[in-house]
Amino acid sequence: MKIRLLVILCLSFFIRSCSDDSDIVIEPVAITLNFSHAWQDTEITSADFNDIKFPNANGEELSIERLRYLISEITLTHESGVVTTLDDYTLVDVTNSENLSLTTSATILPGNYTGISFRFGFSNDNNTDGVYQDLNTASFNVPGMLGGGYHYMQFDGKYLDTNSAEAPFNYHAIRAVDITDPNNLVFQDTSFQVSLGEIIVGNNTNVNIQMDIYEWFSTPNLWDLNVLNTVLMPNSDAQVLMSQNGTSVFSLVNIIQ
Amino acid sequence: MKTEVFFLFLSLFLFTSCSSSSNDAEDVYTPIPASLNIPDLFQQKLIAPLVPNNNPLTEEGIALGKKLFFEKRLSGDNTQSCASCHNPQNSFTDDTRFSDGIDGAFGTRNSMPLFNLAWNFSDRFTWDGKELGLERQALEPVRNPIEMHSVWTDVVNKLQQDSQYPNLFLRAFGTSTIDSTLVTKAIAQFERTLISGNSKFDQHLLGTAQLTAEELNGFNVFMDEAKGDCFHCHGSDNNPLWTDNAFHNNGLDNTFTDLGLGDVTGDPNDNGKFRSPSLRNLIFTAPYMHDGRFATLDDVINHYSEGLKSSSTIDPLMKKVQQGGVQLSAQDKADLKAFLLTLSDNNFVSNPDFQE
Repeated sequence: MKIRLLVILCLSFFIRSCSDDSDIVIEPVAITLNFSHAWQDTEITSADFNDIKFPNANGEELSIERLRYLISEITLTHESGVVTTLDDYTLVDVTNSENLSLTTSATILPGNYTGISFRFGFSNDNNTDGVYQDLNTASFNVPGMLGGGYHYMQFDGKYLDTNSAEAPFNYHAIRAVDITDPNNLVFQDTSFQVSLGEIIVGNNTNVNIQMDIYEWFSTPNLWDLNVLNTVLMPNSDAQVLMSQNGTSVFSLVNIIQ
Repeated sequence: MKTEVFFLFLSLFLFTSCSSSSNDAEDVYTPIPASLNIPDLFQQKLIAPLVPNNNPLTEEGIALGKKLFFEKRLSGDNTQSCASCHNPQNSFTDDTRFSDGIDGAFGTRNSMPLFNLAWNFSDRFTWDGKELGLERQALEPVRNPIEMHSVWTDVVNKLQQDSQYPNLFLRAFGTSTIDSTLVTKAIAQFERTLISGNSKFDQHLLGTAQLTAEELNGFNVFMDEAKGDCFHCHGSDNNPLWTDNAFHNNGLDNTFTDLGLGDVTGDPNDNGKFRSPSLRNLIFTAPYMHDGRFATLDDVINHYSEGLKSSSTIDPLMKKVQQGGVQLSAQDKADLKAFLLTLSDNNFVSNPDFQE
């Protein structure tokens, strides 16, 4: 009996040893996207909110009081050409310093990727009205009369108008919709992809990304808050301008393994 | 060898049996786990409610919490219970601007209605958010000198001397030794069961009721950023809480006599901010606002339409403050009111599970 046990133990040991030597198991890994925020070259946090101290490109001084935005569709292109899109999304809430990092629940194989990108907002395919319970609970919805779905960004604050009086602005980005005929809404997908370039994915990859809030008001469309300040959700043209300005807002700070 | 193994198992079995018998002798009761009765619409639209790990819901805990909610011995002179200011028929508020305590003194805030509390994920309660967690909130009114004006040791003594309470605590929490922590845990369990989700508008969304043309237009006014723009703070057809549970300065005053959240955080940027109340059950909850200044819903709508007052912390969502408000037409005002009243849940205020 004892001899038989000894044989079994030895066999088990050898089989395990063989297995370890011959198969290199590469486990899929998650990646983490970290979001920081700046006004031009100065990094800011919610501690900088509520003070009218940020001059935009058009010369208006403004404050930030609420800023939260939606990130989705993290896409990686492997050097082999295989494209992987991870279905994760997150509502980055700068006001409350919540969800400033997104660690993907889906995983990919480590290796060299020729590109990583994410989407600002939801693509039309994913912008389905009412289906995301966490975003409903966070009251991030877009009214049905504008086609439903979700905000891409809610950015509220105050600026000094031409009379130097404080006035509110609600820079709310959503899918552009022409509501000229309420029975025939015409949509334009104004979410956009942000490409961050090449990436080597290892076991603990952190992608550090910065949003330069100044850019929402500057490039390519100089934003005049005295003209475009509130009720921008039903303003299809304003939504297109926001989307165009958004493309220069995000940049890669670095990738840390 | 086989015989040895057999005796080993036999010994273990006997030992386990003895152990069980000894527990029985101590008469340890295990309370029955309970779950919240979540409306279909909430299940579809919202994330799961928040129940703290250290206070799981049980049938015995909820029943005890209900008894305590209506227990007048929680007050200094045995005349007031939680329900004195949080009446089930008024959606768990009262119908006065300020509530009077046992000594006849009045507070400075309107009693908040109580429902759907388990979906307040910030876990900040009361108008100014000073109470973190339902359990902690329940500690405060008992010892507040202008409310129930008691001390917890007296309350605990009264309950401990009662012929029923020690056994009810034993069944709910495994001990007959009562303390304020267990009292507030039980009350919080009961409060979490106060769920309101069966209004006409809920039924409309579920396809079992039809809104009038006026009510539908009112909903559109509510959702239209160019009109009422109520949805940014007060939920929508996709957020049946009808509140964001966040803190806003909604333009009530130019200067503040009550700092609200600012008094709690010490941050002047929070001065004049109060938690958005749910718009459910407004028909039962007048007067309105943190200080009950508006007697009617018409007053509230007129405030947002023409009565906004500017201040340094006014929320940017009060976008027409320079014009005094969103300037609704008389028809839109009437329709908005009609829609708001579709959020009334008659079953909630008459639910026998919530009555004394």
